[in-house]
Amino acid sequence: MGSGDVALSPAPSSSPTVPTSSTERVSPTAQVIRGDDRLLVRPPSAWWFGTVPMMFLALFFVWPLLNVLVRGFSADGRSALTSMTTWHVVAFTLEQAVLSTTLTVVIGLPASYALYRLHFRGRRWLLALITVPFVLPTVVVGAAFRGVLPPSWLGTLGAIVLAHIFFNLAVVVRLVGSHWAQVDERYAQAARTLGAAPYDVWRTITWPLLRSAVLAATSLVFLFTFTSFGVVLILGGPTSSTLEVEIYRRAVSLFDLPGAAALCLLQIVAVLVVLVASGRTQRIRGVRHRIRRSATVVPRSGAERILVGATVILGVLVALPLLALLVSSLRVGDRWGLDWWCAVSVSGPTSRDVSAWESISTSLTYAVPAVVVSVGIGGLAACAVAYTRRGHELLDSALMLPLGTSAVTLGLGLLITSARGPVDLRGSWLIVPIGQALVAMPLVLRTVLPVLRALDPRLRDAAALLGAPPWVAWRTVDLPILSRALGVSAGLAVSVSLGEFGATSFLARAGSPTMPIHIAHLLERPGESNVGQAAALSIILLVLTASAAAVAERLSWNREATT
Amino acid sequence: MSGLDVTAISLRLGDVWVLREVTIAVGSGEIVALLGPSGAGKTSLLRVIAGLIEPDAGSVTWDGHDLRGEPAHRRRMGMVFQDALLFPHRDVAGNIGYGLEIGGERRSAIAARIEELLELVGLSGFQHRDVATLSGGQAGRVALARALAPHPRLLLLDEPFVALDRDLRDRLGAEVRELLKRLGVPALHVTHDPHEAALVADRAITLAPSGDGSSIVAT
Repeated sequence: MGSGDVALSPAPSSSPTVPTSSTERVSPTAQVIRGDDRLLVRPPSAWWFGTVPMMFLALFFVWPLLNVLVRGFSADGRSALTSMTTWHVVAFTLEQAVLSTTLTVVIGLPASYALYRLHFRGRRWLLALITVPFVLPTVVVGAAFRGVLPPSWLGTLGAIVLAHIFFNLAVVVRLVGSHWAQVDERYAQAARTLGAAPYDVWRTITWPLLRSAVLAATSLVFLFTFTSFGVVLILGGPTSSTLEVEIYRRAVSLFDLPGAAALCLLQIVAVLVVLVASGRTQRIRGVRHRIRRSATVVPRSGAERILVGATVILGVLVALPLLALLVSSLRVGDRWGLDWWCAVSVSGPTSRDVSAWESISTSLTYAVPAVVVSVGIGGLAACAVAYTRRGHELLDSALMLPLGTSAVTLGLGLLITSARGPVDLRGSWLIVPIGQALVAMPLVLRTVLPVLRALDPRLRDAAALLGAPPWVAWRTVDLPILSRALGVSAGLAVSVSLGEFGATSFLARAGSPTMPIHIAHLLERPGESNVGQAAALSIILLVLTASAAAVAERLSWNREATT
Repeated sequence: MSGLDVTAISLRLGDVWVLREVTIAVGSGEIVALLGPSGAGKTSLLRVIAGLIEPDAGSVTWDGHDLRGEPAHRRRMGMVFQDALLFPHRDVAGNIGYGLEIGGERRSAIAARIEELLELVGLSGFQHRDVATLSGGQAGRVALARALAPHPRLLLLDEPFVALDRDLRDRLGAEVRELLKRLGVPALHVTHDPHEAALVADRAITLAPSGDGSSIVAT
């Protein structure tokens, strides 16, 4: 399993996998044979699988993006690029991203050592707790920090950075930690016997082996914080706005579509630069080393005990915003009560025109087509990538493009083209799940593709020799082996669809907001009742997305246990 | 001629001639061992016969009928792979019954055939075992039963016992011979072990390494 192969969800591919025996035992001849044109038993042609995803992407990704680009290059768009406010926004976006990333990595590295190499009571619970924020919808993170920060902090750089650390700590801890757990501790022992001091061991052994994981985590966190939308929209203020928020403000509040499109251009260029740079660093990919799951050790030195203590405190800090959410959902004036929970669960108009209850049913309704489309298209795309004989790397990167494009850009593109695209989706609610499916599809691809790639092609030979024609072999061998990965990705897609905010904020119709949109609306308005309802609704959203993600993770654990 | 005729097969992989003008025959009911060191092209020859890869030259015929263009799934040749290669998502019965399901047989007929085959290979009652829990010897027996289930006209055995220890290999070798003779299924048995070849086969053919062209030595 490639160490550079980064999964965005903390669960599936960051967990260590022991090389399976079937691929190891293939004889050298069989390996030469693979990829040969004269192989007679092949999976069905990639065209069968690739055509629908290509059409879907052309319609709902390439065409909208082209429209954004054209508008961005127009005269109005160019003038937005030369204005000072734009460059202030760019500077602030960079500043908060660099600060958030640095602090997340600095805090995350020692924490990942403590959580993956040291043995102490409650270690697993602590690891689970620190992982929770990453599966939270961004709006929930924003709402939670509203509850825990003093009001004077709202709209400041500090609030945004703290929320970003809270949100992204799991990326560093899970990605780096799972690699750290695999570094054979006997390398360090060998170095010690050769006279290396602890610092020398870190510099000459541990760091070279961890470097690729640390760089991968760093570039991922930078990408997330640079394109962060929901957190900044809710915690930021007039002077602390990022590119994503500014795109939204221009498009939705000012109806300045060319200006918004021009900022999308900037965003795309910046993301491309980060992706290329991180691709470069991935190539310095570390040393191949023997993978061996090392046992965790009881902390002995004083420094290690302090580290465990600090990690426990970190866990408490991570729990605080979540507790604050619970408190503000239950605190009515100066007494405790279920008033906000009742308000949320009542159907019928309450605060404005829509009730929270309706937003829950809207979200769940949208999730169904979003999951069907993202798992369907993503699954087909994974098969197409796995079965092409040439150019699969190109196809793979093409299909990952929506992930590199920010959700806000996707939303803006769909908004611009929904009225004048080849398919008229104006006024159709389907545009929302389509946007969510675009966001979720690359995750589906990343979950399904490794399973397909690990499938021994000789299983298809075996099926053919037992009389199965190509399609029957696909249905009886590939598909059942894929089904679990498809289940995992469906869980992830549910979680993404329910919590999606960036694209949805452009596409949701005023009369039927999804849960994250409704939470953001409630938080915009003053008053204890709105904050309390937002907190209660956030907790419902949190429970829904977290349980979908937990089901997915449980499925992927079983898979590792049985293979 | 009846049975399998392989005539002047040549196969190049990249720049290497893996097989050069190889000619062998397997008569009906006959068990032939194909000997040779690793790299001699034994597995490749089996793959050519099974229709898994197209040779650069030469022909494969069955009862005088040319098999060129006949896809693997219609050749009715059973194959037992080196590492058994059982379907990981199906249990023992699911593996053995696979070819029968594809052939559209009735459920009850399939169950009966599975039971019969399991008894033949000495694994009665193993129907619902997860294939991941089988030992190497058991997996090999299931692979043999799976290949025999759809009544193949020829069985191709690709070093099926290579991962087993000596004792087990001898026992299984004798069992396989007895089984094939009882069922009257002709077989081509690839191995690099002359002792095993003598145990299983009626006669042996040696495939020399192909550096300067394969030569065939019949014994």
